[in-house]
Amino acid sequence: MDTIKIVLAGQPNVGKSMLINSMSGSNGLKVGNFSGVTVEKTELCFEHHCHMFEMIDLPGTYSISGFSQEEKVAHDYLTNEDYDVIINVLDSTHLKRNLLLTLELLKLNKKMVLALNMADEAKKEGIEIDVKQMEKIIGVPVVLVSANTKEGVEELLEKVHEVADSQERIKSNILYSDAMEEEILAIETFLTQKGFSLRDLSNREIAIRLLFEDKDIYKELHDEPIMMELQPIILKALQHLYTHHDTKNVQEIKANEYYAIARGIHLETVNCQRNRGKKSLTKQIDEVLINKYLGIPIFLFLMWGLFQITFTLGAIPMDWIDRAIGSFGDFVGSNISNEFMRNVIVDGIISGVGAVLLFLPNIIILYIGIALLETTGYMSRVAFLLDGFFHKFGLHGKSFIPLVTGFGCSVPAYMAARTLKSEKDRLITLFIIGFMSCGARLPIYVLFTGAFFGADKAGNILFLIYISGALLGLVMAKILRVVVFKGEDEPFVMEMPKYRFPSFTLIWHTVYNNAKSYVKKAGTFILGASVLIWVLATYPNQPLLDKEYQAKIEQQSNKESIKTLENELKMKKMEHSYLGQIGKLTEPFFAPLGFDWKMTVSLEAGLAAKEVVVSTLGVLYAIGDDVDENSNALAHELKKNISFASAISFIVFVMIYLPCLAASMVFAKEAGGYKYLAYLFIFTTVTAWIFSFITYRILL
Amino acid sequence: MKLSELDKGDRAIIKKIDSSEDLKTRLASFGVVRGSELSVEACSIGKQTMEIMVDDTLIGLRAEEAKEIEVEKL
Repeated sequence: MDTIKIVLAGQPNVGKSMLINSMSGSNGLKVGNFSGVTVEKTELCFEHHCHMFEMIDLPGTYSISGFSQEEKVAHDYLTNEDYDVIINVLDSTHLKRNLLLTLELLKLNKKMVLALNMADEAKKEGIEIDVKQMEKIIGVPVVLVSANTKEGVEELLEKVHEVADSQERIKSNILYSDAMEEEILAIETFLTQKGFSLRDLSNREIAIRLLFEDKDIYKELHDEPIMMELQPIILKALQHLYTHHDTKNVQEIKANEYYAIARGIHLETVNCQRNRGKKSLTKQIDEVLINKYLGIPIFLFLMWGLFQITFTLGAIPMDWIDRAIGSFGDFVGSNISNEFMRNVIVDGIISGVGAVLLFLPNIIILYIGIALLETTGYMSRVAFLLDGFFHKFGLHGKSFIPLVTGFGCSVPAYMAARTLKSEKDRLITLFIIGFMSCGARLPIYVLFTGAFFGADKAGNILFLIYISGALLGLVMAKILRVVVFKGEDEPFVMEMPKYRFPSFTLIWHTVYNNAKSYVKKAGTFILGASVLIWVLATYPNQPLLDKEYQAKIEQQSNKESIKTLENELKMKKMEHSYLGQIGKLTEPFFAPLGFDWKMTVSLEAGLAAKEVVVSTLGVLYAIGDDVDENSNALAHELKKNISFASAISFIVFVMIYLPCLAASMVFAKEAGGYKYLAYLFIFTTVTAWIFSFITYRILL
Repeated sequence: MKLSELDKGDRAIIKKIDSSEDLKTRLASFGVVRGSELSVEACSIGKQTMEIMVDDTLIGLRAEEAKEIEVEKL
């Protein structure tokens, strides 16, 4: 079976992903995501008329000559890789702008088909497109399609077959401005007179490239003798173009020429019946949603809603999952007689994997929310509304959503940062998400504020903790921008796409793929690491200690004192475990902050999950591990053993240092490597240490 | 006058773009080139960002970028 390799290129918001879905939908879908450095291109295969269609979906770009990450990926792929046909997807309702990319793609000299997507929408808006005329001008087949209604999709596939099999190219009839045409003709005639030819390029094409100062063509012609005679002709021609366009910038001349061509093609092929005076629906919605005064309150309300749904609605299935995993663990445990195996499987593997699955409802709900914001076109408005404030801190308007999500849980927050397209903006946002105290840190704060400030003041102190964390994060963003991610700010120029009704299939695909990749990728690593931490906290075995306490417990008849002895045993075991040993070893590092080895161990255990901090403190202060933040006994013990200064310093450290293991793994994946996790570890630990040190010294 | 000086509802023609090469390419791909007509659709508080419409395309941009675009009010 022959394979036809197809590349899909198009501007953002033209419905490329939808089109792929409907092209492959009825033909058996096999989607595989493979990520490049930072920008993903999707590959999928399906069969059509005994041909295997292999599709590469390039990231949406406005141009392929720019310098953004996506544009480079698209450009490199299109120029260096081997493929058969380009499908250029255009939005029928925004043809003029979309044609600018088409003109650039034509320069690649490859087989191409134009798919004018959203034909149904165009029809509704009264836009008529003369496909035959457009084919004649551009010189490639043009098909009207609608990913929504699937009309024209079959025709598009047929056309791809035809183009892939054909050898001849139709001649294009694209005309430049009079001045440009005059000079093209001069150079073309000269080349023909000299009998010159280069690769498969026509002399006209060579002339155009020379005039647009295409670097590659100059490189190729550099050693040709013809260059000597050609030079004065080109110089004269450029002078002519400079005066005509009133600028000496060739890029600008090119842009002007392309724009004029696009306008020309639009004029000749599109007949618009739209009532000019009537305001479009998008404009009407924008009147309200990005209203100077209403815009931000409406947005905050929507965010509040999303947040509520994510964490309150999400809590219900989380509860089920938690209980299901608990009883599953008990069930498995009761069926394994070997103690070691039982401990590894139940306490290590099941609870480790359980901790990962626990976040799944949150992630799914949040992703549905984000997918809704993105596909409806509201996300761009959010960036528009908030960019002013966030830009002051070196962040982007879109940073808001990951940062707010961070107050709930860092895992979905890191994943939400994907909506940021600029590499720098995304990394800065990722680095400061941890400063937004997540839900799992709350028990620690509640325990300590309750113990050291009393119930009446605890609320205010809690608020203070959250606010100062967030402010510190913003300040850190600014510092990172100035010190680490130096250089020019990414300009804020973005399309505000038309408001659209969200597509169920597309949302489902995004959510499903993200959830799957979370469970698969994070799951394996977190599983391994939680087993490791569990091993560190449990081993080496201390049979002597066990025996000693076993004997002591047997002598006691009083239930109360048995309990005390059991707790003492737990503490001693923890103290001598590898984790305890690490804690003691690293104690000097934390001594200047006022932490003893017990606090040190809890902090280190907290690297696995912040919930562990409280239970570890419980064990170490010999209360037992079934304590929570409302445990009066533990609060009492803490108050007795820890000074006020140490306690506050501890809170500050918890506020800033590395989030849990699950979050760290997701961070590494989203940032693009474990290298970044190492940076994050150093960055947060150093910051936490410095701030704790200052706090401790001031309060002492 | 500069694009940043326009208010909501104003219409203008672009006279000159003084941005970096990179940004110029981006603007051109949106149809923001010398000679195109635009209208200001919305401004955020303090005019930190503004939304303009060129050829049926809505574009959001920062005041800093709008300062680099010279226009003639219609």
